[in-house]
Amino acid sequence: MSVVVLAGGLSAERDVSLRSGRRLAEALRSEGMDVSVLDLDAALLPSLQADPPRVVIPLVHGAAGEDGSLADVLEALGVPYVGSGAVACRLAFDKAIAKGILAERGVLVPRGYSLPHGIFRDLGAPAVMAAILERLGLPLMVKPTRGGSALGATLVRTAEELPPAMVAAFAYGDSAMLEQYVPGTEVAVSVVDLGDGPVAWPAVEIQPRSGIYDYAARYTAGETEFFVPARISAAQADECARTAVMAHETLGLRDWSRVDFMVTDEGVYFLEANVAPGMTETSLFPQAAVAAGFTLGKVAAALVARH
Amino acid sequence: MTGSRLDPWIDSYAARAMGMTASEIRALFAVASRPEVVSLAGGMPYVDALPMEAIADTVQRLLLTRGSVALQYGNGQGDQTLREQIGEVMAPVGVSAHPDDVVVTAGSQMALDLVTRVFCDPGDVVLVEAPSYVGALGVFRAYQVEVRHVAMDDNGLVPEALEEALAVCRAEGRRVKFIYTIPSYHNPAGVTQDQSRRERILAIAQNAGILILEDDPYGLLGFDGEVPQAIRAMDSESVVYLGSFSKTIAAGLRVGWAVAPHAVREKLVLAAEAATLCPSNFAQLTVSEYLRTQPWMDQVKAFRELYRERRDALLTGMQQLFPPSTTWTVPAGGFYSWVTLPDGIDATAMLPRAVSQLVAYVPGTGFYVDGQGRDSMRLSYCHPTADRISEGVRRLAGVIESELELIHTFGNAPVHLPPGPATPGPDLA
Repeated sequence: MSVVVLAGGLSAERDVSLRSGRRLAEALRSEGMDVSVLDLDAALLPSLQADPPRVVIPLVHGAAGEDGSLADVLEALGVPYVGSGAVACRLAFDKAIAKGILAERGVLVPRGYSLPHGIFRDLGAPAVMAAILERLGLPLMVKPTRGGSALGATLVRTAEELPPAMVAAFAYGDSAMLEQYVPGTEVAVSVVDLGDGPVAWPAVEIQPRSGIYDYAARYTAGETEFFVPARISAAQADECARTAVMAHETLGLRDWSRVDFMVTDEGVYFLEANVAPGMTETSLFPQAAVAAGFTLGKVAAALVARH
Repeated sequence: MTGSRLDPWIDSYAARAMGMTASEIRALFAVASRPEVVSLAGGMPYVDALPMEAIADTVQRLLLTRGSVALQYGNGQGDQTLREQIGEVMAPVGVSAHPDDVVVTAGSQMALDLVTRVFCDPGDVVLVEAPSYVGALGVFRAYQVEVRHVAMDDNGLVPEALEEALAVCRAEGRRVKFIYTIPSYHNPAGVTQDQSRRERILAIAQNAGILILEDDPYGLLGFDGEVPQAIRAMDSESVVYLGSFSKTIAAGLRVGWAVAPHAVREKLVLAAEAATLCPSNFAQLTVSEYLRTQPWMDQVKAFRELYRERRDALLTGMQQLFPPSTTWTVPAGGFYSWVTLPDGIDATAMLPRAVSQLVAYVPGTGFYVDGQGRDSMRLSYCHPTADRISEGVRRLAGVIESELELIHTFGNAPVHLPPGPATPGPDLA
C-alpha cells in the first residue's frame, strides 16, 4: 500500500514540516507501509498523477498546507487524503474565525481583535492601538492571524513593546491578532477519529523553561517540560476533552487535530485548533498518542486504512 | 511530579552548549534552499564553474596510481607535498613559509578552531572586527571566549579603534589573546584594508605584544587582479595566517591551512591530531594533484571574472531600485556587500517577509555577538547568476518598501525578538 506524506512547502514552517514528515514516514514504514515523502513543488502533481498513491497525508504546515488550498487541490485530483477538508481548514487556520465560531457556542476565548495592516495605516496606528490597549489592557499576545509554530508571536507587557510586536507579526502575514494574555496552564489536546467518532486523548501540559512557548521552546529538546496527563483537576481535564471534541466537530475537522487551551481557575480558554498537528520529536501529538496507548505509526496506519 | 523534557541528558550538557537552540532564523533559511528563492544569503562558491571532467580525471588517476595512500591515514600535519604546494599558492599574497610551518586542516574553519583551542581559556578576550565572520564567532562562542568588536570603516579595521579597545582591556586588567581580522574582501563587510592600514594594525599588535590571527580565504579573488599582500608577509612571528582552497578550488574538499610560528605550529599539530588524527588524505591528494596537473591560477582568474559580473549585477540593481537612504559597501573582491537599511528597519524582523517574497539574505545581527547589526544585512553574489541576482534585488527592493510602509504606520520603534542564536548554518556562513 503506497502512502505519500506531503511535507515542506515554502512557508516559514518548512523546516518543522520536513521534520514532521520524515518522522511520520518512519513511523508508517515501521508498520510495513510503502511511504514516500514529497515536497510541495512543481514536481508534485506530475508525480501524484504518474503513480497515484493509495492515500496522501498532508503535513505541510503554514499557508497552502493548512489554509485549505492543498486540500482543494487533492480533492480536484481525486486523491484520497488524511485530514480535514478545505472548508474546515480555512475555518481553523484563521485563528480569529475559529475563536469567533467557538465563542458563539459558549466556549471561553481570550478577548481580542484581528486586524489587517491597512486598517492601522488608514485610521492611524497610534489611535487604533490605544483603543485596543484601553479595551484589553496588558499584557497582550500579538501574533499573525494565520500561521503556527509561534512564528511572529510576541508577549507584550508594556505599551512601548506593542508597535514592534505588530511589525514582527505583520512580517509573517497581512493580518495580526491582538489578544488579551490569559495566564494559566497551557495544554494541548489531540483529537483522533479512528471510525467511532472523534476522541480526545489525554491533555499534554506544556511548561517552557523560559516561560514562553516560543519557537526555540517548541523545537529544542529539553527547553520545555511536558506533563502527560496534565497537572489539572479531573473536572478541568474533562472540560478540555469535551471542548476539544466540540471544536473538532464544530469546525468540521476530520481524522485528527490538535486543540490548544489555557486552563485557568475561571475556566478553559480555547486558543486555536490545528489541522496539521506537528509530528516532530518535540511535538505534542506524538506524546499524546503514547499516553493514549498508541504509537504514531499505528494511529497513522489506522487513519490511512479509513481512506 | 516530574514531566518529560524529551532529552534525558538535559542536565548533563556543558555550559558552552547553552544557547544551542532552534531558532526562527534558521527555520527561515530552510526555505531559502528551495530553487524558487533567490538566495543572496549563502556564501557558497560557484563550483559549477569548475572543470568537472578534469577533476574527475584527477581523482580517477589519483585512485588508480596512489589509491592506497589516498585512502589511508596520513600525517597529522598534512601531506608534505601539499604543504610545499601551499607555499607556492601563498606566493601571490607575499607569504613565504617553509612546509614545516604549514598545518593542513579540514578547511580554514578547523584551523580557526585549533588556534582558539590552543590560545583561549573561557573568559579570555579576543578582538574582532565589527561585524565579523559568523563562523569565527561560533568558534569563539564554543570556547566561551569574550568577543569584543572593533569598529571598521570603508578601509577595514580602524587602527584608532583597535588602540582604544586594547587600552580599555589593559585598564580592565583583561588579557587579549589575539586580534582576529579578515583584511582582504571582508566577510561580511566586503571591504579591504590598504597596505598602510595593514602596517598600522601590525605595528599596534606588535607594540602590545598581541598575536594577529589573519583569515585570508578571499585574497586571490580581487576583481582588478591586484592581490593584497598579507599581514603575515610583513611579520612571520606575530601573525598566524589562515588560508583555504574552498574559494579557489572547491569548498566540498574541506582543505585549508594555517601558517604559524614554529612553537605555535607544534601545538596546532598536537591539537589537530587530538581532534581528527589527520586531515583527509583523499582530499589533500586531490587538491595536490589538481594543483600539479591543472592550470589552477587560470581557474582563479575565471572565478574573478564570474564574481565581478555578479557583483556588478548586485550593485547596479541596488543603485537602481533600493530606497535612497540605503547604503552599501562596494567590494573590490570576494563574495559580499554589506547593506545598511533605512532608519527604523530591522533586518532580522524583515526576513520572514523577504522569504515569503522568495528572496533571502543574512541579517546583520548574526555577525555580532552583542546585538548590533539590526539595521544591516549581508548580501552575497557568489552563487546566483547575474540575472537571478537582478531578480533577487528587485524582490528585495519591494520587501524594503513594504517594511518602510509598516515602520511608517507603527512608528520607528526597535523590534524585540525572542532571544536565540541568529546564526545561519554552514552553507550560509
